Formats: sequence, structure tokens, C-alpha cells
Amino acid sequence: MARKIIDPITRIEGHLRIEVELDGNRVVDAWSSGMMFRGIETILRDRDPRDAPLMTQRICGVCTHVHYDASIWAVENALGITPPPAARIVRNLILGTQLVQDHIIHFYHLHGLDWVDIVSALGADPKKAQDLAHRFADDPWNADAKHLEAVKNRLAAFAKSGQLGPFANGYWGNPSYKLPPEANLLIASHYLDALDVQRLGGQVLAILGGKEPHTQTLVVGGVTCVEDLLNPKRIGDVLFRIRKLGEFVRRAYIPDVLLAGSVYAAEGLQGIGAGHGNYLAYGAYPLSDDLDRGKLFMPQGVILGKDLGRVYDFDPTKVSEYVTHSWYTYGDESQGIHPSKGVTQVNYTDLDADGYVRGDGKYSWLKAPRYDGQPMEVGPLARVLVAYARGVPEVRALVDGTLKRLGAPATVLFSTLGRTAGRALETQWVADALPGWVEELVRVMKVDGRTFVPYTLPDEAVGFGLTEAPRGALGHWVEVRGGRIANYQCVVPTTWNAGPRDAKGVRGPYEQSLVGVELADPEQPLEILRTIHSFDPCIACAVHLLRHDGPSRTVRVL
Amino acid sequence: MPKCPHPRRAPSPPDVERRLDGLEARFQGRGHDLEELLASRGISRRSFLKWTSMMTAALWLPPSFERSVARAAAVATRVPVVWLHLQECTGCTESALRTAYPGISELILEYLSFDYHETIMAPAGEAAEKSLEDTVESHRGAYLCVMEGSIPTAMDGKFLRLGPKGETGLSLARRVAAGAKVVIAIGHCASYGGPQAAAPNPTGAKPVHEALGIQTIRIPGCPYNAVNLVGTVLHLLLTGEVPALVDGRPAWAYSKRIHDTCPRRAHFDAGEFVEQWGDEGARKGFCLYKVGCKGPYTWNNCNEMQWNQAASFPIRAGHGCIGCSEDAFWDDMAPLEKPLAEGAVAIPFLKGVEGSVDTVGWTLIGATAVGIAGHAVYSAARKGSKPGHDGEEGNHGA
Repeated sequence: MARKIIDPITRIEGHLRIEVELDGNRVVDAWSSGMMFRGIETILRDRDPRDAPLMTQRICGVCTHVHYDASIWAVENALGITPPPAARIVRNLILGTQLVQDHIIHFYHLHGLDWVDIVSALGADPKKAQDLAHRFADDPWNADAKHLEAVKNRLAAFAKSGQLGPFANGYWGNPSYKLPPEANLLIASHYLDALDVQRLGGQVLAILGGKEPHTQTLVVGGVTCVEDLLNPKRIGDVLFRIRKLGEFVRRAYIPDVLLAGSVYAAEGLQGIGAGHGNYLAYGAYPLSDDLDRGKLFMPQGVILGKDLGRVYDFDPTKVSEYVTHSWYTYGDESQGIHPSKGVTQVNYTDLDADGYVRGDGKYSWLKAPRYDGQPMEVGPLARVLVAYARGVPEVRALVDGTLKRLGAPATVLFSTLGRTAGRALETQWVADALPGWVEELVRVMKVDGRTFVPYTLPDEAVGFGLTEAPRGALGHWVEVRGGRIANYQCVVPTTWNAGPRDAKGVRGPYEQSLVGVELADPEQPLEILRTIHSFDPCIACAVHLLRHDGPSRTVRVL
Repeated sequence: MPKCPHPRRAPSPPDVERRLDGLEARFQGRGHDLEELLASRGISRRSFLKWTSMMTAALWLPPSFERSVARAAAVATRVPVVWLHLQECTGCTESALRTAYPGISELILEYLSFDYHETIMAPAGEAAEKSLEDTVESHRGAYLCVMEGSIPTAMDGKFLRLGPKGETGLSLARRVAAGAKVVIAIGHCASYGGPQAAAPNPTGAKPVHEALGIQTIRIPGCPYNAVNLVGTVLHLLLTGEVPALVDGRPAWAYSKRIHDTCPRRAHFDAGEFVEQWGDEGARKGFCLYKVGCKGPYTWNNCNEMQWNQAASFPIRAGHGCIGCSEDAFWDDMAPLEKPLAEGAVAIPFLKGVEGSVDTVGWTLIGATAVGIAGHAVYSAARKGSKPGHDGEEGNHGA
């Protein structure tokens, strides 16, 4: 048995350490540790509640905007107001575009190198690569042999320089890279195209939100970008970019995932990286203007034990957080506490004398959230599975079509590969919906030009906002007293996924998903990165949300 | 009001050319070839020359330097860069991927030779550590170090630990800074501490220059605008010197007030204001001062350079500036959506300029008067509280 530290986990947001126990080449146990703490919730206390959205947005610059969105809903919920339809649609448009852009960046720039061997691409035949592209798409994105030849030459010149920059010391040639050279070249070529394409998403967010990352257009009660909403050229600019993003998803992203999926299908069928098989979605993208947002584009729900035959309704009161293995202390650490009541004091117990985490003690800045006592996976796969199980027609068609194409049963989805595929399918689901929302926006602006509802700030109020970030279910809870923030709490996707063990010693989703993973070469943690990256970690989100000090406060459970 | 601190002496063209000869020889064959990159993106020589003219002018250099700027841009893609992530949100890295004007800046930034950059690099763990050690060793004294994020100093720095040995962020930053040619503090966190340094700052988060006790070039903003980083890198390559600084920030980018370059300025002067989000004034693009715009107290070039390939900038989207390139803006400019004059008592632990906020308050006669008095008093407060704000902070050899 050998203990191995992988730190830093690169190509993610934030500071994550993974430690694994290896039996030969096989992972038999794992520990996931968030290694950075900021304390933003503490900092929010006593501020104007309307500053919370702008400040919480700074929790993360990769999933930028999503905390802004959740926080605005939370404050509005506390005030008992609902924004006008135009504002709701603008928010959906920004959130959806951000998701599409973020998923594209994740697949190509953060996760892609776990599946694609850049060095192998140097041995590709560009003509064959072109043919390969046509097997997975009728009109593949930028995949003619001449272009692919130029990309290959560029990669070759780069490799010849001997100075590989970010590609230096990669795990090139590892036997777990299974794609043929032509597939590697094609996806590497799209890696470069995606750098340009993702900017279109940034531009849409800038047009509607001023700049990106960190947009500046949502306000409690509405949105500020009314002047641009009344400008047909600007609406045209948005629509053009949204369509172009959708085109890239259809002609590059989806075919590339299908191509990789066809080669790595065996991994998926073996269930490598599956984890607990519990999935949770809060739901997002309100389609109606009632206060409790009854109609959602992405449905909420809970799936337990990989059983797609049954979806439970999500009940926010069943969320609790444990700190038994986190660098905080509770009076009674055998119990979890609901986030609206939970407060923690720092109890940093350090690494052990050899620099390893104390796996049987406290070992992470993340808490361990549980739903009804169970660890839950959140994220694109969870949302797609919930929507699939609830029979959302677009998702049914996307998932069934993909499975048919791969000739694989639905169980292939319960895996690392399934997580990656689920994210791609979700991207198309959302990208297909975006143009319709632009149309709805134009119609609404014609008959109801309101972009803001006035309100008065009460002295005392509590509220919460639930939404879906690219990485999964996101919730903010706020309590206002004397017109200022008395308590602020967030439970975020990566805390669900990357949190440590709970009081019963049950592993968190990252940890569980690593058990059983085989490494081709124990010196190269490629397969571990592949599984961890399939969750799309965002550690900044997960960590600094935890309370640092202060007395315990009671908030009504919402 | 900061003076415009021009460089002490204009660099002489022969010196610059000699310098570039040396850099080209030193980094020959490394990284990317800029011409090839431009060609591969379909960017014409003509567009590149236009960009060169823009950057030359932006850096306050005479047109005779355009050729040198073009050469420096080509060298820029070959100089090794170590980019450290500290206490941050990675928004500045995302900004590097997306945001620049007019396209060539971002290309250069994207293809700077990132020998260590956790967000994009292929290896992890020990192999990533090796990339870092290799660069620090083989390019000691020559690599550029970009630091993104503040540095937590409470609890012996253990609020942030990195790498297989669990080194603290403080220790790693100190080690990497020691071998760097120059340290660039990118974004508000590295420049001034960011949101985690806002009161009560539970982790003892400090900006890089304070935590390490070194000089940095600060490129603040939340996030920063990529053009400001690229211009600074070009200046370093051209002259080997830190550009003229105002309050630690490159003067060429941060010496104009948002308010003074604002496209809505005419409405301010005419007394036409947005009184409430979404009102008639908002539909007509009136001044945002009364809904909290901090443009009068903020020095940056957002209005001129804009964001996301000039798609927009916050004031255009109808939201006031929040002052994100200024020290302690989370505390000093809160509440962000109200004029400073109305926000004097919003946060009990305000630090820094509360005096000036009160002073602005007494001039509350008319909005216009407040705005105008606002700048004057705010500037005076900055002057008093921050020695050196108006002066050059030295052209230390870089």
C-alpha cells in the first residue's frame, strides 16, 4: 500500500489536494481536501443586503455571475418581490450563456487533456482526421484536411522548440490515452478554435452585463441594461453570438464527445468513476413570474442509488452539513446542521508530520453537506438525469439519441465518461433554448417595458435563492436585521461534490468516485485527474463560504 | 488629483533596440512565433501594425518606437512566465482568456510562455511542481512573475497551502518572487487585497507588496483589463524598467478618472440623472451618479479600452462603476449602489476615507455639487492617506 499526494490538482479553479491509497495500481481509498480559506460570509455581515450580490459574485471568477444570480434571488425572496418578466428573461439568458461558455471551456481547456494526447496528434494523417470528423458530424467544425495539416505543423513546430510551456511535463504517451492520432489532432484543433469561440459568450455577458468576468447588471428588483434591451442592434448582436455558440456545440463539442465516447465506452460501461450514484438538482431558469418560481426550465429533483425509475422532490429542509472531518468545530460533531442555522469555528489541525492530511481526523476547509443523511452528486449529469427521469422531452431525445449512437445502455452514464457526456448534452439542451428566450425578451419588452420593480427594504427579513451553476446546485440564504445582513450562508456545488467524509465516515462524492480507479502508471495520476476533472472542481466556491467565527444564529428554516 | 507622471527620461531608440537584440538571442526558439500565430488567426500584418500604433501611443511613446513595440510583442510570446494563484477566484485568469482590445493583446497574452499556470497546465502534483522548479532554476532573474490573489498572513499563512509539500502561499510567493525579474500583482486581490481583505479580514489577507515587502507593479480591477497587463509587459521588455506608476499602478493606464472619460458625462453636467433603475432616465442613458456610480473616485481606462473585445463596459450596461480598481473599495465605497454621500454610516467598520465621506455629506446641496465636491475631497483624502500617491514610485531597474 502506498499513499500518494496529488497537489496541486491543476486545470481547475482553486486549490485542491487529492490523496489516495494505492494497492499496486489500484486506488483503494481517497481523501479530498480544499486547501484555501477566505471567509467571505463573515465579511458580508453588517453590509447593505444589496451589496451581497456583487460581493458574492467574487466567490468565483470561473463560474462568474452564478453567485450574483443566486444572491439576487435570495435578497428578492427575503423582500417578497419578484422581478418583471424582462428581467427574469435577461437573467436566464445570462445564466444560460454562461453555462454554455463555461462547459465549452471545461471540455476543451480544462478536461480535454485528460482524454487527448497532444503529442500523439503529431503522428496524425490530416486526411484521415477529416474523414473521422465526418463520421461524427454532417458538417464538422473547421475540420478540412488542409486546416488540420496546418494545426499539426503548428503543434510540431511548438514541440520542436522543446519549450512546451503549459504542456511541459504532461503525461503524454500514457497507455490510458486511447484515442487514435487523428482523433487527438481533431480535438486539439478544436481546443484552439474553442479559445476564440468561448469569447462570444463573454461578449453576450458584456452586452447584457457590462463586462465578463464579473458582470454588473443585476440589481435587487430587476436589471439595469434597459438601454441596450431597447436597442435592436444590441439584441441582434446577442442573438448572432448565441447562435454561433450553439453551432459550435452542435458541430464540434457534441461530435468530439461522441468520438471520445466511442473509444472510451468500455470505461463507462465498467462504471469507472461512478461514485455513490445519488444525484441532486435544485432546478433553475424560471419560466413563470410567480414568487415561488413554480415553473422551471431545469427541473428540481433527487435520484437515489442510480434508480432512474423514481425521482423525489427536493426538500430544502433536508440539507445538513457535517464538520467531523473539516477544519471547524461544532458542539456535537456527530450531527449535521442545516445551513441556515449552521455556524462553525475554525479548528485547524494542520497536516501530519510527514505532510499528509490526517485522513481519520480533520483534513479539509470544505464541510460535508448531506441530503437526508446521504452524500449527493450535483452538476450537469445530475440535472440531465433528473430531467430525463422526469421525462423532459428535449432531454429524453438528446440522451436516447446519444445512447443509440454509442450502442450503449443508460448505465454507461453512471461513470466518469457519463459525467463528461452529460455535460455536453446539457450544453446543447441550453444552447438550443437560448434563441427562444431572446425572442421572448423582445416580445415582452414590446408589451411590458418594465425592467425593475420598486421596493422598500424591511428591517427584518429572511430569504433564500436556489439556482444551478455550471457545476451544480447552488443556494444562498440571507437574513436581514436592522436593514443590514445579519447572517449569510451559501451551499455550493463543489462543497457537495468535493466535501470530505461525514460523521459516519461515509466518503464524499469525489472520494467515492476514485475508489477502484486503476492507474496505468502509479507515477502518473492521469486517471485520477480524469475522474476529478469530470466533476469540474471549483474550490474557491466551495471553501470560503464557511463561517469563520461568531455566535450561532437561528434563521427560520425556509 | 494625481499628476501625470511621465517617465523620467524617454528611452532612446538605440538602447531599446540593443535590449531587444539581447532578449531575442536569449529566448530564441522558445514558446510561440508571433507571426505564425497572427497568420493562423487570420490577423493581417496591417491589423498588427494598427495595433502596434495603438499600443505605442497608449504607452506614451513617440511613433518612432512602433517598430520596437512590434519586436517587443514578438519577444513577449517567448519570455517565461510563472503565474501563481493565491487567495483568488481565477476571474483574472478568465479575463486573460477573454478580455482585450482589439484582439492582438489577448493573443499575445494567451500565448505568453506560461511555464507555470495552474489553470491551463497539463501536469498536476509533482509533475506540476517540477515545471515550477525548472522555470525558477533555469530562468532565475529572467522570468516574469504574475501573482493573482492576495496572501493570507494570519495563522502563519496556513489559510492557503499549495503543492505536494503543503507549502504556505506566503512561502511559495516569497520563493518565486525572489527569482523573478519583476512581480506583477494582477487584479484587485493581489494589488489591494480583494474582498477577503474587506473588514474584518478574517484571514489576514494582504496584497502581495505588503505580504512580501517587495515592490510590485499593480494592475488592479475586478478583474483587471487584459490590455493593461500586455502594455505593461511590453513596456518592461522595451525599457527594462518599471513604467511610471501612480499609486503603484502604471500611469499610462490608471491616470484618468472614469468620470472624466465617461460617455454619460454630458448628462452629469446637465443635471440629468437616473433616479431609479429602469426609469425614463435609464432608458435614455442619463448619468448614474445618484444610483451609486463611483466613477468620480476611480482611476482606470474601462471607458476607453472597454471589455470583451469592446462589447461593452459597466456604465454602458446601465450600472454605475463600483470602483474596483481602487484600494479598499469594498469598504470605502459601500453601499455600492448609493452615492458616497448617502452611505456614510452604512458599515460600522469603515476604514480609510470615512472622513472624506462625511465631508462629502455636508456638501449635499445638489447632486451636481456633491459630485464635483466628491472628487475634490476624495482626491484630497487619497493624497493625505497615501503618501506617494501623486509621485512616481520609482523606475526601479527591472
